[in-house]
Amino acid sequence: MTEETKGQKKKIIPKKNPMPAQDPAERIKNFHEVALGYTEEAALAEAERCLQCKKAPCRQGCPVEVDIPAFIKLVAEKDFAGAIKKIKEKNALPAVCGRVCPQENQCEKYCTMGKKNEPVAIGRLERFCADWELAKGVLPQEVAPPTGFKVAVVGSGPGGLTCAADLAKLGHQVTIFEALHVPGGVLMYGIPEFRLPKRVVQAEIENLKKLGVKIEVNAVVGKFATIDELMEEEGFDAVYIGTGAGLPYFMNIPGENSCGVYSANEFLTRTNLMKAYLFPEWDTPIKIGRKVAVLGGGNVAMDAARTALRLGAEESWIVYRRSKNELPARHEEVEHAIEEGVKFAFLTSPTRILADENGQVKAMECLRYELGEPDASGRRSPVPIPGSEFTMEVDTVVVAIGQGPNPLVPRTTRGLEVTRKGNIVADPATGATSKPGVFAGGDVVTGAATVILAMGAGRVAAKSIHAYLMNKKEQA
Amino acid sequence: MYKILEKQVFSPIIKLMVIAAPRVAKKCQPGQFVILRTHEEGERIPLTIADFDRQKGTVTIVFQEVGKTTRQLGALEAGDCVRDFVGPLGTPSHIENFGTVVCVGGGVGVAPVFPIARAYKEAGNHVIGIMGARTKELMFWEDKMREACSELFVTTDDGSYVRKGFVTDVLQEVIEDRGKEQIALVLAIGPQPMMRACCNLTKEYGLKTIVSLNSLMVDGTGMCGCCRVTVSGQTKFVCVDGPEFDGHQVDFAELARRNAFFLAEEKLSAQRWEESRKSAGCGCGCRCGGGH
Repeated sequence: MTEETKGQKKKIIPKKNPMPAQDPAERIKNFHEVALGYTEEAALAEAERCLQCKKAPCRQGCPVEVDIPAFIKLVAEKDFAGAIKKIKEKNALPAVCGRVCPQENQCEKYCTMGKKNEPVAIGRLERFCADWELAKGVLPQEVAPPTGFKVAVVGSGPGGLTCAADLAKLGHQVTIFEALHVPGGVLMYGIPEFRLPKRVVQAEIENLKKLGVKIEVNAVVGKFATIDELMEEEGFDAVYIGTGAGLPYFMNIPGENSCGVYSANEFLTRTNLMKAYLFPEWDTPIKIGRKVAVLGGGNVAMDAARTALRLGAEESWIVYRRSKNELPARHEEVEHAIEEGVKFAFLTSPTRILADENGQVKAMECLRYELGEPDASGRRSPVPIPGSEFTMEVDTVVVAIGQGPNPLVPRTTRGLEVTRKGNIVADPATGATSKPGVFAGGDVVTGAATVILAMGAGRVAAKSIHAYLMNKKEQA
Repeated sequence: MYKILEKQVFSPIIKLMVIAAPRVAKKCQPGQFVILRTHEEGERIPLTIADFDRQKGTVTIVFQEVGKTTRQLGALEAGDCVRDFVGPLGTPSHIENFGTVVCVGGGVGVAPVFPIARAYKEAGNHVIGIMGARTKELMFWEDKMREACSELFVTTDDGSYVRKGFVTDVLQEVIEDRGKEQIALVLAIGPQPMMRACCNLTKEYGLKTIVSLNSLMVDGTGMCGCCRVTVSGQTKFVCVDGPEFDGHQVDFAELARRNAFFLAEEKLSAQRWEESRKSAGCGCGCRCGGGH
C-alpha cells in the first residue's frame, strides 16, 4: 500500500462509473450531445473511488492546477456548491473542460488509482459539478475593488476567456475583442454541438459578464484598430493576445481548389457557428457528398468526420498517413468515431484531387505509407511506398491537417517578435512578448494545441499582467 | 445592432444604405469590404464599401438583390437595424500617383469603384471613369462618379441611356483614342464576366488591370479559406490577400465554378423567401415579411 493510502480501508472499484451516452445508431442522425453526463448517484459513486492522496499527483497533470482531491471530496460529501466553488478557484470554464479536456493525458494520467485500475473519472466529475451549477443558477463570484486599470483581451477563445476572468476578479476593467459575431472562439466555431453544446459555452460566458467583463463582438483587431491604437488611443494599460490558430493549412496538392474541398475550419464553422445543419431554417448552406474523406488524425479531423455523418454522408473516412497508434486525437473521440461508423484509411495520403468537368471533386489519387524512424515529434514518420498509387472515389474532401496562427495581429503590431512560422514569441513562464505591456498565449504562441493548454496560458498571463500593472502603479 | 440611417432605392433591385458603424467608418479605406448579417439565423455576406463618413461614423453600402440575404436586406428600412456589421476587412486599394488611370464600373460595381476613383484623383491621377449598366433604370451615381473622375463615359447595354455598348467597348475606344502608353493602370469592378472581358481586352494591350473579386466567404478574416482563388498559379485568400488582384493573373474559370457551388441552396433559400413574402408577415414586428 502506498504512503498516500495508508490507513484507509476502501473497497477498490477497478473501473470508472460508465458515462451514459446516446446510442450510436440514434446519435448519428442528430447534433445533440453524445455524452449525457453523470447522474447524482454515479457522481457520488465515482467520487468515492478517489483515494484522497495527500500528494495529489493528479494536480501536476492539470494545466490550471485545480485542487482535484478537494473538489472530489466535496462531491462525495454531496456539497456540490462547495465542489464547483473549489473548481472555479482555478478554472473559469469547468463545463467546457469537463467535456473537452484530454484527461487521459493530464490529471487522470497521474491518478494513483490509475496505476493498477482505471483512474478516477475526474473530467466527468468536473462536468457533473459544472452542469449542476448551470442547472441551479450560477453563484456570484467575488470581485476585488476596481484598480482603475484597463486591459484588452484579443480573442474570446478559451485562453482569452480565462485571462479575462482572472483579471476581472482582481479588479481590472477587462474588454474582450472578438472578430466573429459571437464570443467563444473555437468553442463556438470549431468544436461541434454534439461534443460541446453551444448553450453551455454561452452560459459560461454569461458568468464571465457577471464579473464585469465587457465583450465587443464584430471587432477585428488589426483592422478596426491596432494593438498600438488600443493602448495609445483607447487607454488600455495592457493587452493579452489569444487569437488562436485561425489560419487553415492546405495540402498544397493539385486540385485542392475544386468544388467540394473544404478546410476543416470552413466545414466546422459553417456547421457549428452558422448552424448549416439547420439549413434552410438558418441561411448558411453546406453541401455534403455521398462519400467524404477527412484528411488528418487529430481532434479536428474526428469532429469533421463525425459531423459529416450527421450531415447525411453515407460514408465518412479518416485518411491519415500514419497508423492508429499515432492518431493525435483524444482517445474518447476516436472511440466515438469508430462506434458511429467512421472508417479509417491509415498509412494513406492523397497526392492529387481529381474533379469532373464542372470542377466538382470525384476522386483522390493516393499513396500508401509505411512507418519509418521517429521524427522530431517523437512519432514514427510516414514514408511513402513507391508504386503504391491508388484512386479513392470521394465527392467531398475536408482538409484537417492543422492550423497556423492568424497573421492579422502580428502583422499590424509594432515591435512584436514572431517566429518564422508566424507564431508570437512569448515567455512560457509569464506570457510576456517582446512588446512592453503586451502578453500572449495559447495556439497563437504554441501552434494548434488544446483548450486547456490555452486556458493555462491565459491564467499564467493574467498573473503576469496583474504583476505588471501593480508594478506600474508603484512607479506612478 | 447597427442602425440603418438612410435608404435609397436606385431601382427595384439596387439599393443604398447608410449604416451607423463608427468603428468601421473610422478606419476603412477604399477597396475594403464589410461582412454583415441581417438577423440571428442569417448568413454572413461580404459587401464592398461604397463610401464612408468618418465624422458621422457611417458606412455606405450599395447592393443588388440577388439571393435571399440581399433581398431580406433590401426589405429593411431606415430606422431598422442589421444584426452584425464587421470591418473594415481586406487589403485597401494601392493608391499612388500613377499618371492616368481608367476606372471601369459595371452594374452595381460602380459603387466600390467610386471611393477608389476619388482616392486616385486626390493622389493626383488623371482619372478616366467608365460606367455602364444593362439598362437606364439600373444606372446610379452618375453625379458622384462625375465628381470623382476627371472625365466620365457612360454606356448602357441596351442603348436606353447615353449610348449603346458594353463597358469594354468604351474601354477599347479610350485606349485606342489616348494610346495605351498614356494609360498607367486600369481598374475594373463589376460582374465577373465583365471583369474577365475587361482583362482579356487589356491583356492584348499589355495594360495592367486591377480587379476586385467577389468570392464566397464565411468569416472574412482568413480563417476558413472558403474564398480561395488561384492567382499566378498560387492559392490566395480573397478576404485577406485581396479583394483586389492583378486581373491578368486570376483564374476566373475556377472562381466562377467555386462561386456556383451552392447555387441550388441559394435558389431554394430565395424561393422560400419569396413564398414567405407572399404569405402574411411573421407577426413579430420585424418587417422581415415573414422571412424568419
